[in-house]
Amino acid sequence: MKTKMFAAAAAVAMTATLAAQSMRINGAGATFPAPIYTKWFSEYNKLHSNVEINYQAIGSGGGIQQLTSQTVFFGASDGPMTDMQLGAAPDKVMHFPTVLGGVVPVYKIPNVTGELKFTGAVLADIYLGKIAKWNDAAITKLNPGVNLPATDITVVHRSDGSGTTYIWADYLSKVSPEWKMKVGVSTAINWPAGVGGKGNDGVAGLVNQTPGSIGYVELIYAIQNKISYGTVQNAAGEFMKASLESVTAAAAGAAANMPADFRVSITNAPGKGVYPISSFTWLLLYQNPKDKAQAKTVNDFVKWALTDGQKFCADLGYAPLPQSVVQKEMTALAQIKVN
Amino acid sequence: MSPEKGAGSSGPSKRTRDDLGFRIGTGVFALALVVIVAAIGFELAVRSMPSIRKFGLNFWRTSIWDPVSGEFGAAPFIWGTLFSSVVGLIIATPVALGIAVFIAELCPARLRQPLVFLTELLAAIPSIVYGVWGFFVLVPWVRAFEQSLPAWLKQVPLFSGPAYGVGMLAAALILATMVVPFTASVAREVLKSVPGAQREGAYALGATRFEAIRAALYYARTGIVGAIMLGFGRALGETMAVTMVIGNTPRISLSLLAPQYSMAAVLANEFSEAADPLYLSALIEIALVLFIITLIVNSLSRLLIWSMARPARAKAAEVVVPAEATAA
Repeated sequence: MKTKMFAAAAAVAMTATLAAQSMRINGAGATFPAPIYTKWFSEYNKLHSNVEINYQAIGSGGGIQQLTSQTVFFGASDGPMTDMQLGAAPDKVMHFPTVLGGVVPVYKIPNVTGELKFTGAVLADIYLGKIAKWNDAAITKLNPGVNLPATDITVVHRSDGSGTTYIWADYLSKVSPEWKMKVGVSTAINWPAGVGGKGNDGVAGLVNQTPGSIGYVELIYAIQNKISYGTVQNAAGEFMKASLESVTAAAAGAAANMPADFRVSITNAPGKGVYPISSFTWLLLYQNPKDKAQAKTVNDFVKWALTDGQKFCADLGYAPLPQSVVQKEMTALAQIKVN
Repeated sequence: MSPEKGAGSSGPSKRTRDDLGFRIGTGVFALALVVIVAAIGFELAVRSMPSIRKFGLNFWRTSIWDPVSGEFGAAPFIWGTLFSSVVGLIIATPVALGIAVFIAELCPARLRQPLVFLTELLAAIPSIVYGVWGFFVLVPWVRAFEQSLPAWLKQVPLFSGPAYGVGMLAAALILATMVVPFTASVAREVLKSVPGAQREGAYALGATRFEAIRAALYYARTGIVGAIMLGFGRALGETMAVTMVIGNTPRISLSLLAPQYSMAAVLANEFSEAADPLYLSALIEIALVLFIITLIVNSLSRLLIWSMARPARAKAAEVVVPAEATAA
């Protein structure tokens, strides 16, 4: 009886100390990495029950805004902040890549079941509206033996502002000077052709129900919904199918020339075995945050996410970071002032 | 107020005090409504200032919407909102009036309650459900219909262009589906409140049933216009269902087959990812434009109802009340 009471008292005391040290941290930003972030926060909470991280997937733009106005402790974005956005922030913001994603071309053509091959130039010309028929010489040349019909191509793109669009447009502007000049790169752009679907499911749904259509969706989405997708020629000339390995390889290929602030686009990355339409997604942290206790906690969390946390990536369809990038990030993480 | 007067046993002073308190209390609520509307308009105007200063009236006139180069013109969105709402209304109004007349005048008594229940159920379905149905069911139908159009009809600007399925026609149809139950239930209420003497008078003059119904419709015309305008207001602001089927392409076209865009849809699509201050300001200006257009449409409908109500003011003015109450 006595021991029981003692145990109960101890439990109460422990809860009290835990409650005293418990920490709530708020973040907001990109929707693309939200599933893995949510998984990380709940796994990390199992290891450190006093740390509760709350993430609102309101979009990259919203994340950057809330970080700038300091209503959240950390932000998250699918595209790196621009110099102008960094200038608007009250203090120095650092970028930390957390996981990788890829974007794949999906299509629906009557009587074509095989895997189509694309080059960056062909994809750009389709999305510019210059290649308007499936049996255009530029496509048939890449796909000998496939009987492509003489039907119109219906181009489908995202209608909502999206990191996926950012990656897609970023790739097209690297492989097509015309795209770069006429359209450019952003989360929402002035599309020269096609119709807009809302979200990955909107694009996939439209492609699926429109004969002769082409669209683009996130690799995770294509994997989880078992949608077939085409291969894309990389900078080394290989036709690569997107996979977690080939997306990670893109980051490894870019690691050699990684800028110190990690604001780097890895679309059309050099090297063999690389899937060319790949990208980091970033966590955004202030270098000298006001709340040192929170800073220390978030620092510990990011260290864990970049190492142990990476093992949760594959199950959720994200490509893990290559070792070379993780090491560089650890060095950068040490620059955050936690005391 | 008047029936309470004199019935007081607790003394007149308390009665007047309570009365005054009640009047002030409800007055504050009513005033709050005006303040809220004014505050929304003010806030939208302030936040869209950068865009207003940069583009001026060109914002209403130009058609290029390019977040990359920071060039913003809202004409395609304004056009898309008005075009889809008007076409939707043209489709919805006869159907809704037919339903209202049938339920109010012709329907066997046993069928009436189930029919009333069903129209009201339709009005209660959340718009995202209409959107999902529109996307997966309606759009393939529309595509098949568009593909089956004869070549000569395709020469007409209203039906030109390739058959995407998503586009103005799908948007107008989904809007019509959503508007019908609203217009139908208000119109039914309006018809119900037409005094029996009107119909009896018509029959006494030797009118057929059809003629008697026509007389009732004419008598209730202000309320009917109110019901239609209520539907128009709903169509203008409809967001999720439209964005799923309209094609989200900011290009002005007369064709029902063309994918287009609406103001509410572009807000829903682009607001969350807009990080650039000018871009955000342009989106807020679209909200302001939508606010102004809704205000104009509502004022016009009020004027219309008011001008029609004047000759036969007595009963018809009361008839309008349910429409206005639901609209608010």
